[in-house]
Amino acid sequence: MADIVLDKVSKKFPDGTIAASDVDLEVGDGEFVILVGPSGCGKSTTLNMIAGLEDISSGDLYIGGERMNDKAPKDRDIAMVFQSYALYPNMTVRENMSFPLRLAKLDKATVAQKVDEAARVLELEQLLDRKPANLSGGQRQRVAMGRAIVRSPKAYLMDEPLSNLDAKLRVQMRTQVSRLQKQLGTTTVYVTHDQTEAMTLGDRVVVMRQGRVQQVGPPQELYDSPANLFVAGFIGSPAMNFVHARLTDGQLSSVLGDVSLSGSLRRALAASDAPADLILGIRPEHFEDAGLVDEAHLGTGARFEGQADVVESMGSDKYVYLPLAAERASTAELDELAADAGATDLPASGAQLVTRLSAESPATEGAQVRVWFNPEKIHLFDPETGRNLTLAR
Amino acid sequence: MGAGFGEATPARRWRWGLLDLAVIAFALIPVLWIASLSFKTTATLTDGRLIPAEWTLENYQSIFDTSQFTRALVNSIGIALISTAIAVVLGMLAAYAVARLDFPGKRALIGVSLLIAMFPQVSLVSPLFDIERRLGLFDTWPGLILPYITFALPLAIYTQSAFFRQIPWDLEKAAKMDGATQAQAFRRVIAPLAAPGVVTTAILVFIFAWNDFLFAVTLTSTERSRTAPVALSFFTGDSQFEDPTGSISAAAVVITIPIIIFVLLFQRRIVSGLTSGAVKG
Ligand SMILES: Nc1ncnc2c1ncn2[C@@H]1O[C@H](COP(=O)(O)OP(=O)(O)OP(=O)(O)O)[C@@H](O)[C@H]1O
Ligand SMILES: [Mg+2]
Repeated sequence: MADIVLDKVSKKFPDGTIAASDVDLEVGDGEFVILVGPSGCGKSTTLNMIAGLEDISSGDLYIGGERMNDKAPKDRDIAMVFQSYALYPNMTVRENMSFPLRLAKLDKATVAQKVDEAARVLELEQLLDRKPANLSGGQRQRVAMGRAIVRSPKAYLMDEPLSNLDAKLRVQMRTQVSRLQKQLGTTTVYVTHDQTEAMTLGDRVVVMRQGRVQQVGPPQELYDSPANLFVAGFIGSPAMNFVHARLTDGQLSSVLGDVSLSGSLRRALAASDAPADLILGIRPEHFEDAGLVDEAHLGTGARFEGQADVVESMGSDKYVYLPLAAERASTAELDELAADAGATDLPASGAQLVTRLSAESPATEGAQVRVWFNPEKIHLFDPETGRNLTLAR
Repeated sequence: MGAGFGEATPARRWRWGLLDLAVIAFALIPVLWIASLSFKTTATLTDGRLIPAEWTLENYQSIFDTSQFTRALVNSIGIALISTAIAVVLGMLAAYAVARLDFPGKRALIGVSLLIAMFPQVSLVSPLFDIERRLGLFDTWPGLILPYITFALPLAIYTQSAFFRQIPWDLEKAAKMDGATQAQAFRRVIAPLAAPGVVTTAILVFIFAWNDFLFAVTLTSTERSRTAPVALSFFTGDSQFEDPTGSISAAAVVITIPIIIFVLLFQRRIVSGLTSGAVKG
């Protein structure tokens, strides 16, 4: 077991693509760290540099305190689980799992014992003599995990290991991965696309964009205090609502109405000398049907009214989509997020406010809906830099 | 609604059956004819019947009477096997590089090998003749092996790189992560998966070298290195009035046999789909 330290690690491909730039990251011993970000942001490249499958262009990589830049993958003693599983098709499950042990020249008895143990943990005992072609997707995934855990390496690297599974199996495997990692206590770096995996699996989450680390922190921290527009828009599902807003004398005006800011928000804005034009962000779950909010709170919050476009009832709560009389807020970050979510393919019917209301809300499609939100929950961003100006509140 | 493309109505089945038969007949009748000629006596050679009226093994005995044909067979087998082995191994290494690596001059390499494959061999025969005489390679085994390798390499590179390209690269990465060196990853993971491609290539190269007549006839002059197809063309009857057709047919049948054996032996290995199940769920 060991810690992994990336010190200003960069990767420039021969064709000039910069897939990672100045990535600083410290993964503690036994820690489970998640790398997330939109497609092409450099997650796999970063992981491959830790693995030794890609050369590091500049910067230093330490595993267990030892500089690893020039070590071959086999000398780094880390195991990797691939998105494609990469099982050797000509070998049985047993041979697949024992492959790393046989390469390490362990004696037969030890190999057999370790493989049996891993097979028991992953419930693969019945399948040991099958070839990968005769396994289901979930079983292949478990064999891939098995091959990684048999030799008790210093760390695990996983590149979207669950993304080829169907939704139900993915949920099962997610809990299994989580349990396994806790049980083994081995340092793990895990790449994913999936919000839920990112939020539930890791001790800490690293959000990347265009080869740069945007923010590193525990999932709740990224959710509560996103450092910038990109993280705010990336973490959380459905995504945070963003609208343009204008600040005049502590009054914030936007399509959501005028809101007077609290003292702490004002001070935070002043401390970071905020511009007058801002981007206001508020999460869908921070809205409530105005009819369900008690009188005392109603007065302290802001209200917005609109005709519900779409109402999705999820049983536990209701998603209500309200049209906004304004353009969708647009910055480089937000456009990239929208592209990643595929939203740019939708007809540009102006902006929409996504709200998540209690199930008791009487909202129906086509009806006027009045929603309420607490101004304390909003985030304000600098449109130029994308920085969150309300962090210091 | 008409019958779909893949539907087998009785009428369709008949049509396809007839078409298949025609193709098979077209390919096999000349072979059968030669086989039939090889079993005929000299008197009945020209009777135009497919089934010999009188069966005889005389033709086969006569070609093995002298050492001429046996010696040519030995040359053929030796030269074809050595050429195949070298071309396939060199081709495998080159194909692996072409399929897996980006290196300066990769396009040039592919271009040049394509050029060699398309170059008319006839135009090279006289220069090769001169070169080999001067180098002392004329009428030796290496004198034939070298040009065979040259002309087989493009084929060997192409077919094998196609096979290498099918093998998911992740497997090699996985092997490296599992503690294999580059060489171990190749030998224990990639090579077994590329085996069908290697065997297919070996068969193609062997057939090319085995069947070659042009180089063999110009670059050899004695029994020392003359190959079977050339030896066959030197057959004459015992007297100028005797027709060598029977012996030539018998020899033709004999030199077809190794190819058939070669293909039958490895046929089971030429199965694709060996890589199925490697990736994805
Ligand atoms: N061998 C290469 N040569 C040039 N550019 C490359 C190479 N490999 C990756 N890239 C580029 O580097 C960037 C980062 O790629 P990477 O595979 O790390 O993305 P990712 O975050 O893993 O994306 P995904 O979520 O789609 O897997 C991309 O722009 C990609 O096109
Ligand atoms: Mg990736």
